[in-house]
Amino acid sequence: MMAFDVVVVGGGQAGLAAAITAAEQGVSVALLEKSGRATRGGNSRHTRNLRPMHQSARFPLEGCYGFDEYLDDLLRVTAGNTDESMARLTLTQSAECVDWLVRQGVDFQKPLRGTLHLGRTNAFFLGGGKALVNALYQRAEQLGVIVIYEAEGIELNCLNGLFQRLTYRQGSETYSIQARSLVAAAGGFEANLEWLAEGWGDAADNFLVRGTPHNRGDILAQLLASGCQRIGEVSQCHAVAIDGRAPKFDGGICTRVDAVPFGVVVNQSGHRFYDEGEDFWPKRYAIWGRLIAGQPGQLAYSIIDAKSEGLFMPTVYPPEQAETLEALAVKLGIDARSLTATIHDYNAAVVTGAFNHQRLDDARTEGLDINKSHWARTIDEPPFSAWPLRPGITFTYMGVGVNEQARVRMADGQVCDNIYAAGEIMAGNVLGQGYLAGIGMTIGNVFGRIAGREAAKHAR
Amino acid sequence: MHGDRIALLDEGARVATICNACRYCEGHCAVFPALERRTVFAETDLDRLAQLCHQCGACYAHCQYAAPHEFDVNVPVVMAKLRLSGYAKFARPTLLGQAFEHGLWFSVVSFVALLLFFVGGAIGINGADSLIRLYPQGFYDFMPHVLMAGIFAVLALFVICVWVSSLSAYWRQLELPAFWHIQPATYWQALLSGMMLKNLDGGHERGCYEVSDEPSQWRRRSHHLVMYGFLLCFAATLTGTIYHYGFQYPAPYPWLSLPKLFGTVGGLMLITGCTGLGFANVRIRREIEVDDGGLGHGLLVLLFFTGLTGLMLPLLRDSVWMALMLCTHLASVAALFLNFACGKFVHGLYRLVALVADEHEISLNAPDH
Repeated sequence: MMAFDVVVVGGGQAGLAAAITAAEQGVSVALLEKSGRATRGGNSRHTRNLRPMHQSARFPLEGCYGFDEYLDDLLRVTAGNTDESMARLTLTQSAECVDWLVRQGVDFQKPLRGTLHLGRTNAFFLGGGKALVNALYQRAEQLGVIVIYEAEGIELNCLNGLFQRLTYRQGSETYSIQARSLVAAAGGFEANLEWLAEGWGDAADNFLVRGTPHNRGDILAQLLASGCQRIGEVSQCHAVAIDGRAPKFDGGICTRVDAVPFGVVVNQSGHRFYDEGEDFWPKRYAIWGRLIAGQPGQLAYSIIDAKSEGLFMPTVYPPEQAETLEALAVKLGIDARSLTATIHDYNAAVVTGAFNHQRLDDARTEGLDINKSHWARTIDEPPFSAWPLRPGITFTYMGVGVNEQARVRMADGQVCDNIYAAGEIMAGNVLGQGYLAGIGMTIGNVFGRIAGREAAKHAR
Repeated sequence: MHGDRIALLDEGARVATICNACRYCEGHCAVFPALERRTVFAETDLDRLAQLCHQCGACYAHCQYAAPHEFDVNVPVVMAKLRLSGYAKFARPTLLGQAFEHGLWFSVVSFVALLLFFVGGAIGINGADSLIRLYPQGFYDFMPHVLMAGIFAVLALFVICVWVSSLSAYWRQLELPAFWHIQPATYWQALLSGMMLKNLDGGHERGCYEVSDEPSQWRRRSHHLVMYGFLLCFAATLTGTIYHYGFQYPAPYPWLSLPKLFGTVGGLMLITGCTGLGFANVRIRREIEVDDGGLGHGLLVLLFFTGLTGLMLPLLRDSVWMALMLCTHLASVAALFLNFACGKFVHGLYRLVALVADEHEISLNAPDH
């Protein structure tokens, strides 16, 4: 039996922040990471930025992003589905994220082309999330944190909100760790398609998981089973439309397809099912995962013609291309008559307006059951290109309730004595629904630091 | 085209397409912004990106798609292989391409052959005992200055011809305009970037990741020692030549003279830097190591040996070993001249052209253009 003051379960940014903060207080810390070293860091290694509040422009951020604007943004995207005092805490503390990370050896970059025009609100990690994860592991190890990789099958021993010890497997051996405080930072359960099926039915089988295959919600399930408070629903997840040919897991950022607003999206029956031009793509891509999840086979196709080539970020997989819509339909395996009829009707409904993809233009359709509000141009110039789309699940919202000390709440209203949570496993306290770019990493950073500080305080 | 190169170009395009959809590495070096200005990765694009890559390894250390990910992205390795195949491909006359494919052999054989040439020449002209005896009048007593200068003038002419024709081939491959159509500021920016090894700083000025996930300035600083040490040695030769022909002031020069100061400091920098780079090469992480057939080691050893023998020469000037040491030094320098034309030395020139091409492209894309 190994004994530590603090044991952290999960080696993404939140867990690392907790481990580092606790170790800085002088307590002994073990960090359990389910993955091996090469793919360590959970979904943090697929991220690229976080969203700190700042009153003035300061590297790497441009302009000012104050508390009120930030809170407005958060309340808008969550439609009020947030614990406002937790939200206020997160936003206030977010002002320190960049300085804290810089002190740990994380580098930031100045906003460049690929940064989605988020240079004012979001701070980008130089080299992306894996660079951040590498720097934080190095810092944790310098501080004496014992990092245990490939720690699988973790079983928590908790009684009435009191954590006592845990066991885990490494290879064929089983080990136990006793600790005064537990920080649960093991992510969501988006890689657990069986669990998602409880909310989504068979459709979940066709979901692609954009991040780590390790986020199966094992720790979340155990906390909930031991009486911790559940927040959010099993069916809630952040899912975007990604290339249907992407790997089942870990496809990350590059599987995105940004062609949608430039053409039409049809399902396997060759029919449109939603307004592709409702708003700018960065504001809409997050609803398309759910939309496609509702289509037969959870599959759809984004189709453009030659006019729109090169107007959006290049895709990792080449599109299917054909000189005629019939030939394209054959390549995609959808009914040619249905597809050509859809495009014919759409083309006929396009109202001639001035196409301008930089703004909400007046190029739209009229008279269709499902109109396209902006960027509607006829699809009639070969070659025609199509990308298959599937729901790509990024993260889940269901988690455990926590208080301002990151201490896990019990379903009966009590607060756990020595169990803390940080990151995706508790992000739903702040972000109950919707999405703001970089908010997940912000919550992970803020609550990771809080959990580490409080867990260490409790352990001493 | 060589089958290997076709496969390499395919792999380069595959990897670049993934990078272009990801873009997380754009802050590290000039390769990624250049990549983002493209949507297709044809041979010309890959030949440009490959020479632009300085092999710092940052993009590998930070790649979410590196093995064990099924995408198996490894930019430094594919760029290094493309770079190597580029040296051979653009070599003019094309026969010289062979030298790049057998880098270590070429260095070794050329050095040995040249040593035999100098030693054999001395024996043939002055007899065997001329090699081991005292020369109170100095180097030129053993080997006339005009002969020495003549040999190296011929070698220099060869090098310049190869450079002009090879780099022209590369220039055309990059589809660059005639060199006088490129702005002086562009050349200046490219030169500055090369002289500072801007692309080895990781984008955060903490160095490169070729050894581990922790950035280090070791390689960059060692390379600076080698590059500036080499330039100082060149300055020593240049000032010596000017003294000789311009002021009728032949060697030997006192310690506190320009040729001697440049040469001594340069030589020390050269051997220190080469040792540092040698260590860097040994410690390089296996994942980004590419077998170049000893091409890099060939240059490193020749530079080291030239520096070392150059430093020893004045020390042995008054001993019976001077002639042999001079033959060794001259053979080493001459082998280095051959390396300038068809050895690893060309990497700096191709990289400079790639930097010019990159700065030129940036200037064309600038908003005020």
